[in-house]
Amino acid sequence: MSYPLTREQQLELYYFMQLNRQTEERMTRLFRQNKIVGGLYSSLGQEAVSVGTAYALEKRDWLAPMIRNIGALLVKGVPPRDIFTQHMAKYTSPTKGKDGTSHFGDLKVLHIVSPISMLGDLIPAMTGVAMAGRYLGQNIVAMTWIGDGGSSTGAFHEGLGLAASQRAPFVLIIENNQWAYSTPVSRQVPVKNLANRAAAYGVESAIVDGNDVVAVYEAAKKAVDECRAGRGPWVIEVKTMRMKGHAQHDPAEYVPPEMFAYWKARDPIARYEKFLTENKIWDTKTKQEIDARIESELNVEQQFAEDSPMPPPELAEEGVYCDGCHTIEADWQRPKEEVMPPKSSIDTEWKLEGLGGFGDKIEGSRQAAGHLPVQAPAQTHEHANVQRGPQTGGGKQNFNPGGSNGAKQGKHGGKHGAKTFTKAQTRQHHLQKQQQPQKQQQPPQLAPGEKFDPNRIPFGRGPKGKLGRG
Amino acid sequence: MAPITMVEAIRQALFEEMDRDPAVVTLGEDIGVYGGAFKVTEGLLARFGRERVIETPIAETAIVGAACGMSYLGLRPVAEMQFIDFIACCFNQVTNFVAKSHYLWGAPAPIVLRGPSGGGVHGGPFHSANPEMYFVHTPGLKVVYPSTPSDAKGLLKSAIRDNNPVLFFEHKFLYRRIKEEVPEGDHLVPLGKAVTRREGTDLTILSYAAMAHSSMEAATQLANEGIEAEVIDLRTLLPLDREAILTSLRKTNKLLVVHEDTRTGGIAGEIAALVCEDAFEELDGPILRVTALDTPVPYSPPLEERFLPNTEKIVAAARELAKY
Repeated sequence: MSYPLTREQQLELYYFMQLNRQTEERMTRLFRQNKIVGGLYSSLGQEAVSVGTAYALEKRDWLAPMIRNIGALLVKGVPPRDIFTQHMAKYTSPTKGKDGTSHFGDLKVLHIVSPISMLGDLIPAMTGVAMAGRYLGQNIVAMTWIGDGGSSTGAFHEGLGLAASQRAPFVLIIENNQWAYSTPVSRQVPVKNLANRAAAYGVESAIVDGNDVVAVYEAAKKAVDECRAGRGPWVIEVKTMRMKGHAQHDPAEYVPPEMFAYWKARDPIARYEKFLTENKIWDTKTKQEIDARIESELNVEQQFAEDSPMPPPELAEEGVYCDGCHTIEADWQRPKEEVMPPKSSIDTEWKLEGLGGFGDKIEGSRQAAGHLPVQAPAQTHEHANVQRGPQTGGGKQNFNPGGSNGAKQGKHGGKHGAKTFTKAQTRQHHLQKQQQPQKQQQPPQLAPGEKFDPNRIPFGRGPKGKLGRG
Repeated sequence: MAPITMVEAIRQALFEEMDRDPAVVTLGEDIGVYGGAFKVTEGLLARFGRERVIETPIAETAIVGAACGMSYLGLRPVAEMQFIDFIACCFNQVTNFVAKSHYLWGAPAPIVLRGPSGGGVHGGPFHSANPEMYFVHTPGLKVVYPSTPSDAKGLLKSAIRDNNPVLFFEHKFLYRRIKEEVPEGDHLVPLGKAVTRREGTDLTILSYAAMAHSSMEAATQLANEGIEAEVIDLRTLLPLDREAILTSLRKTNKLLVVHEDTRTGGIAGEIAALVCEDAFEELDGPILRVTALDTPVPYSPPLEERFLPNTEKIVAAARELAKY
């Protein structure tokens, strides 16, 4: 399925990528003038990722940026002045100087959740956003980003696991920029494609050339549409390259020069400019107009930031608690009655498939396991524009936590010949098992030279009639 | 109204708040069909369905993160830690993500994290902790630790309606050992307010949770010896009710702080500091403390008894203090 863009949209993609780059170039100059208070993290070479992914979101959708996603903020509607003032620790910044960089958000209008410096924590948080949006009937999609490095965190694993189990309308962009600070991706993650990990969670995935903004947009749009249709979550790995050091202080001497050269030849903006020219979508004049517009806009925005005051010191003492300064109200897009008794009341039995037996359901497991039947080996990803991730049983599960009567929903049974067992049947099964003659207890294994002592309790009491935990 | 246990009181609070406000949802491990490890959430799933009683994987970071994300859209999630010890697994999410949210970018996170805490039930080193002080040291959180069914219900209802993240500690030793009549109707107890459990003139015993009961028993024994102890139950540790502490001290001029938490870095140290800063002239004796040992919570009953503070230890310390 293709996602055609109008000429206006095609030009807008260029505008945002160039706006992203020019904003950061100005900040680099401000950094050298000592006007940036803290660190400055460049997304040079990654503009297509931020812009292409966020461009797939609608106004009602939510995003949470990582440190190199200024482009996503711009697309969502953040004015560049917010980015300048944040970095310059000004009173006029969204956090009034309490935090820097892209650490700010907007719950009411733009629907942006602020990141923290610890990696991965946005994944469970945005899963919660997605769950709440569904609960309130808003039909929104939540999106966040994680680097190749951040994909090693526990929060990544826990968050994606929860998102998968909840079938949350959540899109996770794994921004593989080859380097986690100074460590190459191959030394962190022993897999060819980070997106392959999605299959382990029962999550659909795609891999995309992160320096091709149209390809990134199309992949993101597809994932967003799938999530909105109730077939989330989705993972997209974008392959790109961090063209600067981790932050301004880092000259990135650990990166082989030929690696920079390889990716410089694939610069996302130069590539897109060529695409627009070759396809006669624009001419030199149009490009000059857009560039001039960016220049004049940024002049105003930067001047605003430079003219802004620093925060008053006493502000440090304010705002630890919300003492009624915010009104907390959910935007209900469905009747509240649906989630209130008696409508919400349900039969609370679990309906389970197959008693956990292997059956013929194990897919994609390693041949080396030998004794397990292998039905469908996982598809391998290619580094192509967009490819579907390996199919998993989980992805096809009939699951609808959005319904008001979860226990009674879903067509269970029949699939792969699995049976549905009710609690009563399961109980019957256990009873039959109990009536079968018990196996003779084996004496515990003894270490050489050790004597058997029937009174010895190695690790706690253990089950009745057994010594320790066997 | 018939007397009810702490478990029933907490359950009542959850039922009432979920009945009152569809923005209140619960999430946690095994809280639905099973009703939670201590059956606190029993019956919630049948009444409110799977959308509002969300059973999660064993992933505390995901639970707290998702609760916070949900709160950004105006929900008021109540997340259960199966045992409060496991809150260590999501320490970063609580202290860096949730607690700083309002201060840094003006995003209130009205979530409640509740779970069974405390020792005395031979739960061993990973099922008996009192980790409240990690969070009392974290600006942006509120920390509540009730000692009675009535307070548990009223404080939990207030916590759910509060616009800030609240950590709600439920002492599992008290879950079913005490019963109390709970006021009818919409019973709310304000956060940040201590309560005087017993009036006295000779010394003040400050305590909370299970140790509030041991302190009351100690006060009864001390009265037989002619020592009249005032017993104050702090109920909320953050924000701390400074006024209640200072008012009682001005009356008795002697202070004994009792907590089941370990000694170093416990709330007693903070109280001693604030008294020295604000009311040093009022002190007629040293500020004493009765606390658990500075060790992990040991498993075997004789070891755990040695570890925990108890009535005898409180009485002994109070006798010493009364001599001044």
